[in-house]
Amino acid sequence: MARTRRGLIGALGALALGALALTGCSSGNPLADDTSTASSDTVVVGSANFPESEILAYIYADALSDNGIKTDVKPNIGERDRYIAALKNGEIDLVPEYTGNLLQFFDSKATAQSSDEVYSALQKATPTGFEVLDQSPGQDADSYNVTKQFSQKYKVTSLADLKKVSVPLKVGANSEFATRPYGIPGLKKVYGVTATLVPIADSGGPNTLSALLKNQVQLADIYSTTPSIKQNHLVTLADPEHMILAQNVVPLISSAKASDKVASVLNTVSKAVTTDELIEMNTKSSVDKESAQQIAKEWLAEKKLF
Amino acid sequence: MNSYSQAFAWLAAPGHWAGPSGIPQRILEHLGYTGLTLLIAIAIALPVGLYIGHTGRGRDVIVPLTGAMRALPTLGIVILLALWIGGIGIQAPLIALVVLALPPVIAGAYAGLESVDRSVIDAARSIGFTGWQVLWQVEVPLALPLIVGGIRSACLQVIATWTVAAYLPVGGLGRFLYDALPNQDYAQMLAGSLIVIVLALLADGLFALVQRLATPRGVAAGRTPDVGTATRSPTRKDQTWLAPEEA
Repeated sequence: MARTRRGLIGALGALALGALALTGCSSGNPLADDTSTASSDTVVVGSANFPESEILAYIYADALSDNGIKTDVKPNIGERDRYIAALKNGEIDLVPEYTGNLLQFFDSKATAQSSDEVYSALQKATPTGFEVLDQSPGQDADSYNVTKQFSQKYKVTSLADLKKVSVPLKVGANSEFATRPYGIPGLKKVYGVTATLVPIADSGGPNTLSALLKNQVQLADIYSTTPSIKQNHLVTLADPEHMILAQNVVPLISSAKASDKVASVLNTVSKAVTTDELIEMNTKSSVDKESAQQIAKEWLAEKKLF
Repeated sequence: MNSYSQAFAWLAAPGHWAGPSGIPQRILEHLGYTGLTLLIAIAIALPVGLYIGHTGRGRDVIVPLTGAMRALPTLGIVILLALWIGGIGIQAPLIALVVLALPPVIAGAYAGLESVDRSVIDAARSIGFTGWQVLWQVEVPLALPLIVGGIRSACLQVIATWTVAAYLPVGGLGRFLYDALPNQDYAQMLAGSLIVIVLALLADGLFALVQRLATPRGVAAGRTPDVGTATRSPTRKDQTWLAPEEA
């Protein structure tokens, strides 16, 4: 008994030593990699921790390497403050971003709303050493959606049309919609439309969708690139007064890596990224469960941009 | 400390005590939901628990089943039921919360009956009590403290857990939590939590009182240590499997 126990302790000790040696190695190697990539010509593409960002990162990387530029992808870094920090300390060189949120991140007092205003404000607000390339037409923003029947019955295709609707309007959205300028107060102030909030805390997910389809709410706030919009033939209402902050997809890159060639490749890609294309990518991701890499490859092959 | 002072400042603001989203209205909604949930749960669970405890039948099925029910995540059931039965009304969270409340009430009932001394039941039968009479005049009165204890445990869980229902557009104290989170209004969240805690403690205290009143005089006397006579009946079953706060 005593012997076996001593043997066990010995084995555990050896295991612990081994583990120590292993962690020593693993923490040494990536550091070495990092310094080498930072000094070479490789463009390291990072992404936020959601599928759409990951797909865009792989599209950027594949497009660049198709044009003879060495790339590496570091997907799923985290939320904005995390990957912007990674960009600033040189762990990554390029990341797909959204104009409105990025502008708010760099300048919390920014007031720009429409795509073009936001983009030019963003160009000014981007810190030195970094720049944004051309923005895509595609947006992933909050959007008001109605069912096709509702749209046809009341002839509503825009938020401005809602004033003519005679029935009381309920909006299914997260509870912050009660106070945000693009929510209930904005509808009243910008479009003169009175609506009440039905708070559903799933960010335009299945519960919000089901409430809309059952007419328990007449409007639903769903992110504009969500597959369910297309699958259920919802009508996304236009926002002619730019009440909702624009969120065009845009590449954010370190100036050191933004050579003319890199910029022209990414600008060509950006031109092709529309909201419909983003919906299709997200459908492949969340409905067909394809990997981000696979979706990026298929998309570039299909678009034949180069 | 600072966040607590902000929470108390939030609680003290008169504006938060008025209107349809004020604290009194939310407390009333919360108590209403809790009461309805408990009524439904008792109506289902008490007969089941008494049946098992009285007859000893069905124990092998119901005990593991209610044990498994305790492990169900309530928010998950709320989301799933809201999709299934379609609706953003009160039905989905009500069913989910009844599911949460059933196990402790069932357990309290059958454990209560099982804890009754067999010799008392045998004595009742030997002087000619029918099954119903044994149940209602012997077993239930003697088991009442444990039966109430099961309901007490359910009540505590239900008050605390109704907050998750505010995932859907229902009222109650969960609104303060769900509405404050996206706006990083932590003072309101903490204040809302404090109200839930106070409410839960008050309800628990109330049930403790009911439990004491429900204890038959004989049982209470038998339990006082200085009496120390043969009237003191040993607990027949280990009751630690009741909800942790009961154990």
